[in-house]
Amino acid sequence: MTVASSSPPSRLPLSGAEPLEPTKKGRARARGDGPVAALFIAPAMLGFLVFLLWPTLRGVYLSFTRFNLLTPPQWVGLDNYVRMVNDPIFWDSLTVTVEYVVINIGVQTVAALAIAVLLQRLTRSALLRGIVLTPYLMSNVVAGLVWLWILDTQLGIGNEIVGALGVDRIPFLADETWAIPTIALINVWRHVGYTALLIFAGLQAIPDDVYEAARVDGASEWRMFWRITMPLLRPVLAVVLIMTVIGSFQVFDTVAVTTAGGPANATNVLQYYIYGSAFGRFQFGYASAMSVALLVVLSAITVLQYRLTRAGRSDLG
Amino acid sequence: MRLRTLTALAGALTLSLVTGCAQGGGTGASSNTVTYWLWDANQLPAYQACAKGFEKENPELDVRITQLGWSDYWTKLTAGFIAGTQPDVFTDHIQNFGQFADLKVLEPLDDLGIDDSAYQPGLAANWIGKDGHRYGAPKDWDTVALFYNARMTADAGLTPEELNSLSWNPEDGGTFEKAIAHLTIDRNGRRGDEPGFDRHNVKVYGLATGGGGYGDGQTQWSNFAASAGWDYLDKARWGTKYQYDSRTFQSVIKWYFGLAEKGYMPPLADYNVQSNQQNTQIAAGKAATAFDGAWMISTYAGFKGKDIRTALTPVGPTGKRATMMNGLADSITKASRNKEGARKWVSYLASDTCQKVVGGYGVVFPATPAGTEAAVAAYRKKGIDVSSFTEPVADKKRFRTFSYPIASYSADMTALMQPAMEDIYGNGKPVSSLDETNDQINLILSQ
Repeated sequence: MTVASSSPPSRLPLSGAEPLEPTKKGRARARGDGPVAALFIAPAMLGFLVFLLWPTLRGVYLSFTRFNLLTPPQWVGLDNYVRMVNDPIFWDSLTVTVEYVVINIGVQTVAALAIAVLLQRLTRSALLRGIVLTPYLMSNVVAGLVWLWILDTQLGIGNEIVGALGVDRIPFLADETWAIPTIALINVWRHVGYTALLIFAGLQAIPDDVYEAARVDGASEWRMFWRITMPLLRPVLAVVLIMTVIGSFQVFDTVAVTTAGGPANATNVLQYYIYGSAFGRFQFGYASAMSVALLVVLSAITVLQYRLTRAGRSDLG
Repeated sequence: MRLRTLTALAGALTLSLVTGCAQGGGTGASSNTVTYWLWDANQLPAYQACAKGFEKENPELDVRITQLGWSDYWTKLTAGFIAGTQPDVFTDHIQNFGQFADLKVLEPLDDLGIDDSAYQPGLAANWIGKDGHRYGAPKDWDTVALFYNARMTADAGLTPEELNSLSWNPEDGGTFEKAIAHLTIDRNGRRGDEPGFDRHNVKVYGLATGGGGYGDGQTQWSNFAASAGWDYLDKARWGTKYQYDSRTFQSVIKWYFGLAEKGYMPPLADYNVQSNQQNTQIAAGKAATAFDGAWMISTYAGFKGKDIRTALTPVGPTGKRATMMNGLADSITKASRNKEGARKWVSYLASDTCQKVVGGYGVVFPATPAGTEAAVAAYRKKGIDVSSFTEPVADKKRFRTFSYPIASYSADMTALMQPAMEDIYGNGKPVSSLDETNDQINLILSQ
């Protein structure tokens, strides 16, 4: 735990001969760069304010109102939150979403790590790296539709194969037990290449000499993976996890095209429930309250993950 | 110099971002354009022909038609209402009408002079809102019938006459269930009514599945429930209490989904609203018969190598046959930028002149009797007998036609009924669970 903090950050250009106080010329340059820097930041900042900050604040406000988008919102205080706490469908949705995230992230992270390590240790082929990424180039909706047709209980080629093997057809997307794991795995298929490449980039930052030293000491590949790769990869892995978990909680499109939340709400993930409440039932106030709840859940999980994985610190001294 | 260039670049980028946001949609009409949306691609040529006739009569007006698939249509329309990019006129469905009327996004059409008697019975009255104002001009209608694969029924020894004289009841299913059972064939070639029939390994189902049917069961269970004497609501229009807690209704649902347990209809797991609807099951040879609507006539007729015909819905315990008779209408949006032009276009759409042109394409039954006749003739020319759809409308003694449920909060009703029906169909939940769902829906309705 204390490895990171005890080793001095030797790579930072602080220990050299540079004076701590900037020179007069340096200060002048810094002032001159200010407006340019502001200009560079301006478009992103504008996007942040218009598309992130303002909608978030407005969403929080709307969560305290009854609002159908076409008439002015009416202040209802905590009504939406009280309703949410007492809404069994909301809790079901949350449970279904967590189930999805656990399967999706669990399988995806292990698979991506395996692919990344194999790419790193066995081959440097750019072609192979490209192939790994191909499912990610497809839109989520297209991927969802293609898998829907492949896995259709009666007509899908996937089920034709299952049937030919002499096994009963599997209602992958139409059965309560199968639907969430199936959707989770469809998204693993689509995202695993991208996640693997992120991890692969992290692996390349680990210096070869560490492995060489280990090899001289007679360490096996397995031992090197657990003693060198995993500890040194931790910060990258942590960031990848935080990003993918947030993305995973927001699953929507695959559900919308494959099951539309069915059968019997078995895949009614939180985002889909929010969407249905807002754009189907015009309950934008209630949908906003659930969105705020999702924001709180995600923030808490992110902070927790960040703390637990010490994502901000590296073991690479 | 470099700073100035950068400033200019950043400025241009920011500006392009801002203007980029302001664009999009662009459906707003000018004083001489009328924008019109519909969802059925089959009907697009018919309405284009109608628009040509309209533009000839009104040379100063230009009708721009946009066709969007069913689900995109409603999403885009909703977004259009919010963003102000809605069309001037759009094809409206009863399912959404109540909600739109409540949201006050529709223009009253009282001064259009729509005469109820100029249309097939009941169609015009369905578009009067709770507030007594008219919000839609009748456009077309559809009913439901039993599509069947003629080769499969012939192989089973069922004649068209027999298929047209079936009856059913919620106790033993009557001759209808017997026919469906006989049409079902398992993997070993045994029929559903033969000893040793393997209900878990069915090759051809007697009746295709249309899923749980949400809260309306239009092409699933509605004809059975109505021929047993049941109604969706306490009133024909703008009722305040749904009746899913009725014992009659629940006995119908128990029997209907029970067909799947017996192996005569596929389980819910075989159904998918995207990939495997009734018509797909018929096309794939996985089912022998299917209840489906008149809007699907051309689709079924187009299945290559298959002789698909239609029969009437079966006679129920009330002694009558029943089918939903649903009608679409054209509505004008409240925020339309060309209301005068929109009114002219809607009047024309509702006229015999336009409806006869549309009927001539043989893709839909227009709302006026003359339009309907034109459609029947056009279908006949294509070699399609549509009497199973038209008879219920003409003969009120032997048939009961009923409307799609007209009430407020229909989206909430659907959101609650969909999982409830799927739970019964797919997970074997008791039909009495509908009591609670019904209470929840009626609570919302009482607000």
